[in-house]
Amino acid sequence: MTFTQLSFYLFSAVLVFSAAMVITIKNPVKAALFLVLAFVNAAFVWMTLEAEFLAIVLILVYVGAVMVLFLFVVMMLDINLDRMREGFTRYLPIGGVIAVIMLAEMIWVLQKGSFSLANMPRPEPKPDGYSNTKELGQVLYTEYVYPFEIAAIILLVAIIAAIALTLRRRPGVRRQEPSAQVAVQAEDRLRVVSMKSEQPKRGDDK
Amino acid sequence: MIPLNHYLILGAILFALSVVGIFLNRKNIVIILMAIELLLLAVNMNFVAFSHYLGDTAGQVFVFFILTVAAAEAAIGLAILIVVFRNRRSINVEDLDTLKG
Repeated sequence: MTFTQLSFYLFSAVLVFSAAMVITIKNPVKAALFLVLAFVNAAFVWMTLEAEFLAIVLILVYVGAVMVLFLFVVMMLDINLDRMREGFTRYLPIGGVIAVIMLAEMIWVLQKGSFSLANMPRPEPKPDGYSNTKELGQVLYTEYVYPFEIAAIILLVAIIAAIALTLRRRPGVRRQEPSAQVAVQAEDRLRVVSMKSEQPKRGDDK
Repeated sequence: MIPLNHYLILGAILFALSVVGIFLNRKNIVIILMAIELLLLAVNMNFVAFSHYLGDTAGQVFVFFILTVAAAEAAIGLAILIVVFRNRRSINVEDLDTLKG
């Protein structure tokens, strides 16, 4: 068994284990952390497929951004865990049956030999100096430039939608207004009054 | 050498696990969103595997776009989740019955 094979089966085992933990563990924070483990292992599996750029993107974008967002949201919400677990055992048999049937069918089809090594041999490893990032970039900015721009617009829409959904003006909250503070003039705050000087009365000076 | 169908079976296992995750945690929107992320990961696994074995980069470009859409989906989904929590003080799916659907 070569190193690539060994690493593939090891990473796949950890990936399947952590995916199972994500859906069964009680605490959503731990589920998010197991999802992080799943994504990292998926990135390693993609490395065995020589998709280095996507593996790095998976770690940077998913582990670095999306999962941190998940963790923030999960920790901000006050979740009643006991009510959330209602129906877990009730749906376990039907869910398990459906999953097993689906999995058995897919494995039965995939084992038929069309995707075996004889029919689809593994391509030779790429030569030294080959850059997966460069190759992807070359097709991304030429052949797929319009989809790439649409993807940028989708991300922009996502940013605007997320901000617009969660932005709110709370009544009764005193906010600092820096522009008003900077623009204030002396006569707005200070009033100079001309009056006669007064003698302090006896017993007034304490 | 690892045959292609081992990668495809790994994708199938992940897909089945995330579908059963949606069944089991149907009260908890957060776990449902995580299961959807896993589902997209399973699909991406198949894309990357076919891209490698067929020697075509189109599959990897497609994975790139799926990652973009999945990130946007997660951001908007979590924003909706926060708005729901603010208004209902709960993220239980059972409590979201205002529309009586």
